[in-house]
Amino acid sequence: MFNPTAPVNEQLALYSDLFMLIAALVYAASFIVFAVDMAVASTTIKRLEEELATERDLARHAQRSAVSVGGRGGGSTALLDRDPADSAALDRTGDGAESDLVDEDMDYTGRGRRPIANVAVAVLGIGWALHAFAVVARGLASHRVPWGNLYEFMTTGALLVTTVYLIFLFRKDLRFVGTFVTGLVVAMMCAATMGFPTPVGHLQPPLQSPWLVIHVSIAVLATALFTLTAAMSILQLVQSNAQSRMMQGKGTWSFLRLVPTAGALENWSYRINAVGFVMWSFTLIAGAIWAEAAWGRYWNWDTKEVWTFVIWVVYAAYLHARATRGWTGNRSAWLSIIGFACIVFNYTIVNMYFPGLHSYAGVPE
Amino acid sequence: MSTRAKKAEAALPTLGAKEMARWAWTQLTSMRTALMLLLLLAVAAVPGSLVPQRRAGPEIVDQWIEDNPFWGPILDFLQFFDVYTSVWFSAIYLLLFVSLVGCVVPRAIKHVKVMKSPPPRTPRRLSRLPESGTVVLEEEGPAPEQAVAQAKAWLKKRGYRVADHSDERRPSVSAERGYLREIGNIVFHFSLIGVLVFMAYGGMTKYTGQKILVEGEGFANNLVAYDSFTPGTYFNADQLKPFSLKLESFDAVFERQSETHYGQPIDYTARMEVREGPGAEPAEEILKVNSPLDVHGVRVYLVGNGYAPVVTIRDGEGDIAFQGPVVTRVQDQMYTSLAVIKAPDATPDQLGFVGLFLPAAVEGEDGVAVSVDPELLKPQLILNSYYGDLGLDAGVPQNVYVLDTENLTELNSRTNSNGGITLDEGQTYELPDGKGSISFDGVRRYVGLDLHYDPGKWGVGVFAATALIGLAVSLFVRRRRVWVRADTDEAGRTRVEYALLARGEATGLRAENVALRSAMEKMWPVTAPESDNGPEGEGDPAPRHTPGSGV
Repeated sequence: MFNPTAPVNEQLALYSDLFMLIAALVYAASFIVFAVDMAVASTTIKRLEEELATERDLARHAQRSAVSVGGRGGGSTALLDRDPADSAALDRTGDGAESDLVDEDMDYTGRGRRPIANVAVAVLGIGWALHAFAVVARGLASHRVPWGNLYEFMTTGALLVTTVYLIFLFRKDLRFVGTFVTGLVVAMMCAATMGFPTPVGHLQPPLQSPWLVIHVSIAVLATALFTLTAAMSILQLVQSNAQSRMMQGKGTWSFLRLVPTAGALENWSYRINAVGFVMWSFTLIAGAIWAEAAWGRYWNWDTKEVWTFVIWVVYAAYLHARATRGWTGNRSAWLSIIGFACIVFNYTIVNMYFPGLHSYAGVPE
Repeated sequence: MSTRAKKAEAALPTLGAKEMARWAWTQLTSMRTALMLLLLLAVAAVPGSLVPQRRAGPEIVDQWIEDNPFWGPILDFLQFFDVYTSVWFSAIYLLLFVSLVGCVVPRAIKHVKVMKSPPPRTPRRLSRLPESGTVVLEEEGPAPEQAVAQAKAWLKKRGYRVADHSDERRPSVSAERGYLREIGNIVFHFSLIGVLVFMAYGGMTKYTGQKILVEGEGFANNLVAYDSFTPGTYFNADQLKPFSLKLESFDAVFERQSETHYGQPIDYTARMEVREGPGAEPAEEILKVNSPLDVHGVRVYLVGNGYAPVVTIRDGEGDIAFQGPVVTRVQDQMYTSLAVIKAPDATPDQLGFVGLFLPAAVEGEDGVAVSVDPELLKPQLILNSYYGDLGLDAGVPQNVYVLDTENLTELNSRTNSNGGITLDEGQTYELPDGKGSISFDGVRRYVGLDLHYDPGKWGVGVFAATALIGLAVSLFVRRRRVWVRADTDEAGRTRVEYALLARGEATGLRAENVALRSAMEKMWPVTAPESDNGPEGEGDPAPRHTPGSGV
């Protein structure tokens, strides 16, 4: 887990630094492509609709020819009689049913291709591979888990955010949230490499504990999930605003037609937040056990403990909001966003400016 | 928690005292109140991380109040320096727990009743439920009673509790599973109460003490031996178990390979001799930062270390006024340490020294020596000296790490003609005016130990664990109800209707529908659907465009 006496592999450490930078650049490229996908959404939507219409036409032709080949007069007439109404229905759905383009369960519909978004996902995948190498190399170079200071915590955290997102992408069509996720990952990578660059080193004695592996890894994973849900909650607010504008007959941002409804976003961020909350509870308990082993008291209201608690309570409130009348929808989305803001605050401002026992950021004074 | 707030909102007319109390109780135990209290709790916890807290360091708080003459007293009055024991913070969490009890207890009682009774009867119209379907069986398929019995067997196998209604005109089975979800929810909330209770119990019975031990020195566990001691509310000195500790040696390992982290600590190891009681055999034990010692439930932690230069001070009459190690306070990574030496036994004048201990002294450009390494490469003492009244005889407790120079006369200083004292190991300095001498004899290391006794922590740990398990169960176990009913249609075929309902989150209900449907299709010869309202058709946001449906 950690070997404080083994020499640091400086060569490997250099490669890690280099690949971290390259990964950050590739992520930036992915972010740009995702942004382009967002910007040209109206074109995409138009094309998707055309494709859908063509598909339906084809299907209809096929039916028609099947019928005429089958050639039984009565049936054929009946079909033809019905045809005008049928095509009218098709036209209506072409214009009106927004949700037609995306699935409420965020499954891939198989309806229409989105090449730009797919390029963005592919670039993200490449960035992830480079990034994974950089993080693993960092761990190997120092003979320990790569989360012993703020730089490592942020780069490993960003890797987990990307990993979680890519895993979700395998099963669910979350391409709509790509700009937000990659934007955040780029920000994390920039903050780490520019804000808190820390050379590879051994762990300080207080961090030499198996709990570092357990407590911090689950904390990072939970953070990755909360990051994803925060992005979804922001979109939920935007989408809900767009939905009410639409009700008033006003125009909205066309990209939003590629985003699931506010309700679907809420359901999904709730499910993910529930998992994140259990992980965060575990983080809190594991942290308390570690604190007991290292300092003799499991809870002492240290700055970091305070904020871990605050975050826990905010997400607890979020889960309760789900079962409270008048608190679903936008309000619960705000709670999810506030929770994430607390997490960001905890990992940045608290680490840098607040004195406490968790001051392992490795930030030069 | 509870949804009774709805009822309360409707009840507005004038109320008597009893009704008022009931109304207040209903409000307090409502989910909305719980939510508000949770948000309040989160907000209330924040100030404790923004302003210094007395529990962490009272002297920092005093300094803060002094530096902020306007806000200091106001915040102090509002208990902002003791947030977590303040009236308002306590009020919030106590109200929250009362609300929790008031909500969870009725829920627990209700759930016990639910678990004792069979799943609810089959609704009249199953097709009205969010997930439902119908299958019609071929003529060779089972009769309605048989079909229901087979569906019942399938549901039972899948972990449902079932209730048979085959004696009715249209036989049916109702089934429910996922009772564990509510149990998990209740366990979670009760566990939080357990955590709070054991935290309070720990707060009453625990004690915490600090002790600095220089290599070769020992410590017996009694009240006077501690450097500082914080007892719990109901602590009794008889609680202290008579064990003793001795620091044999202390070793620190510093980074030597990496250029960027050169001199950073890598390992601290203290070799301790532990005697569990007055007559017990001494045992050698290793104490490290993350692995405390455990003696009779008292945990001993390695929380600090530093250097203790050994000095000998002779007074103006040539007698030894002080001899021994002086614990210095580490100021930075290079172990630049503050040294204060007091010799109250010196005659005719008491002597005091204040200055720095440097483990690896190098003279800087401005002539001021600095330490460049944490290890003992060139230990040096750099001191100013004073004589006069140390103020120790007045009986007022003093900080051993601070020299009060108010009633002292400066003897040696960099700024006066006598100059400062610079001593390498083994050197002696004769004080001016025959006031005495000081010798730097050697260096020993010391460790800072924290001793903690908290019998409540096991309870806290157990309840935290059950809370976590309960939480996971309450969030991930899915509670479902299923009904299956069969009858005979106009054509004399068996028709099976079914419906599913989620209690709480509807996640995965569709998948359960699919599973049930495909199980039926496997069990029975199902006819091709005439109108499809099976899993594929429903819930699809867009209407299905089968010919004929597009009008």
